[in-house]
Amino acid sequence: MTATTTLPAIELKSVGKTFRVSGGILGKDRHVVAVDGVSFAVAPGGVLGVVGESGCGKSTLARLILGLLTPDSGDIAVEGQRIVDMDRKARARLIQPVFQDPFSSLNPLTRVRDIVAMPLQAQGTFSRAEIAKRVDEMLERVGLPGEMGNRLPAELSGGQRQRVAIARALVLRPRIVVCDEPTSALDVSVQAQILNLLAELRRDLGLTYLFISHNLAVVEHVASEVAVMYLGRIVEKRPTQALFHQPEHPYTQALLASVLTPEPGLGVPDVGLGDVMPDPANIPPGCRFHPRCPVAEPRCSTQMPPLRPRPGGGVECLLAS
Amino acid sequence: MSALLEIERLEVGFGGRTSAVRGASLTVERGETHCLVGESGCGKSVTALAIMNLLARGGHRTAQRLTFQDEDLLKLDDRGMARLRGNAMAMIFQEPMTSLNPAYTIGSQMTEVMRRHKKVSQRVATDRAADLLGRVGITAPGLRLGQFPHQLSGGLRQRVMIAMALMCEPQLLIADEPTTALDVTVQAQILRLLAQLQRDLGLGLLLITHDLGIVARIAHRVSVMYAGEVVESAATAQLFADPKHPYTQGLLRCVPVPGKQRQDEPLGSIPGTVPRIGPGFEGCGFRDRCSFADATCAHTVPHQTAAPGHDYLCRLAP
Repeated sequence: MTATTTLPAIELKSVGKTFRVSGGILGKDRHVVAVDGVSFAVAPGGVLGVVGESGCGKSTLARLILGLLTPDSGDIAVEGQRIVDMDRKARARLIQPVFQDPFSSLNPLTRVRDIVAMPLQAQGTFSRAEIAKRVDEMLERVGLPGEMGNRLPAELSGGQRQRVAIARALVLRPRIVVCDEPTSALDVSVQAQILNLLAELRRDLGLTYLFISHNLAVVEHVASEVAVMYLGRIVEKRPTQALFHQPEHPYTQALLASVLTPEPGLGVPDVGLGDVMPDPANIPPGCRFHPRCPVAEPRCSTQMPPLRPRPGGGVECLLAS
Repeated sequence: MSALLEIERLEVGFGGRTSAVRGASLTVERGETHCLVGESGCGKSVTALAIMNLLARGGHRTAQRLTFQDEDLLKLDDRGMARLRGNAMAMIFQEPMTSLNPAYTIGSQMTEVMRRHKKVSQRVATDRAADLLGRVGITAPGLRLGQFPHQLSGGLRQRVMIAMALMCEPQLLIADEPTTALDVTVQAQILRLLAQLQRDLGLGLLLITHDLGIVARIAHRVSVMYAGEVVESAATAQLFADPKHPYTQGLLRCVPVPGKQRQDEPLGSIPGTVPRIGPGFEGCGFRDRCSFADATCAHTVPHQTAAPGHDYLCRLAP
């Protein structure tokens, strides 16, 4: 095996990002810690699912990996190259996003064919004929054949729009796709179509996915490993099977308990999290989950939990053995 | 005694172009949680708005029967309806931020509802508001009453909406996707709360959702809506164990269940998209997406009964 094939597709080393939010004329500026000391690696061809509640930093993480934001600290490498050192065109050939809302991520005045052609045109190295050929192939591949290319986004359904977004992401044949809640805006019947398409494309094109979702059932279905984020930190990361069968962090356990599977008679579970909501501008000392943790001990409010290694990842909890 | 809410053959159209609801019938008993489930555009929210007579301009409702506690809602004028809304029948919407007024405190919005419908002093109304906030699991209710909506998190706002809906002790609560905008953890808390309140207060709860997980966990009875029709209705356990309509079956196969499917297996999906249906449409609205459809589906759709209380609209035999 050569050195290049063993390089992780995505590698983060103690990445941090803090935003300053203006407090107005009289108020003090607040510092919102979006991502804090995040490290992980995703093997080529893998799917890392990232789950967590809103405000946990998962979308900031996606933007950092895409190079749309610069980290305050730490390093992000994609296929061994630092993302901040790459120019936009090279980055676009390597890594592409699919966002949540196919209604706002497509230009309403541009035909589907031109939307998908845009990344190729931006590269400036493709001939017109080549662009047309690639766009046709790609549209066919995502299930939008023939005259669909001449339509405007408004003439498409939500699922079809998300197919356009996927075609646009894949037309440059990137190696890595960052999917930020790709099916959250879709109905379940359409969600299943899109998830199946993403799985098929990954298999056929050998892609690596970072798959962000708040829907744990979806993540379980698509991801090979899962990272659970809480207030900017990854509190548990393990292979999917292990995480779903034996979650160790109390937060992971609470998240899994709140998944309402379609099984009648089980009732709504008590997740035991209380009504204190996490505030990224006001991070608690010690373990940041302790104010909501049902099993917290006094030491949890003072000591930072260490990372306890596990096969394929680890868990950050003082109470884990 | 007849049911709390009875709807028979409800039709809602918008300006003669779109038929949003096509002959939907459903019944909510006292003390029952009835879930109306379906995908976007199936007419489930419009059904709720039609019950409350809150349809957008241009919307028109007709029905063979639309009664609440034996009172004919079709015959009520605006004042009669205003007397019921927020009082004996209350509604919770999906987006708590847009349904709360940002310029008024939680306290003034909550007490306004009660003072409008009941002859009570501000004092009594404030006490009841504080009591209900405590009941929906909000700590320091006194403090919250003086706060504005933007000072609360999404989960707290939705709790406030629920407390506000309960101010006048309604008999019927209609909740339209009450947890869709919330995180899964908060969703579980809110649904648990709704289920508990429904039991304790003996409410009739009509819960509208697209999430079959919610339906399975909270509903006593389910009605599945597709393209403006209730295509199947049954007790919850019965519907999940023995779905009859091909749409219900397809919908159940689409939902990923942790530990149930293998990763390399594709999820079941329903090909195609929901059709746009105008007046004069005949036959089954699902036929273009249905793998069992044949020529007869373009004309008549028989109403069949699979078991007592389990009805569906499809030619396929039970």
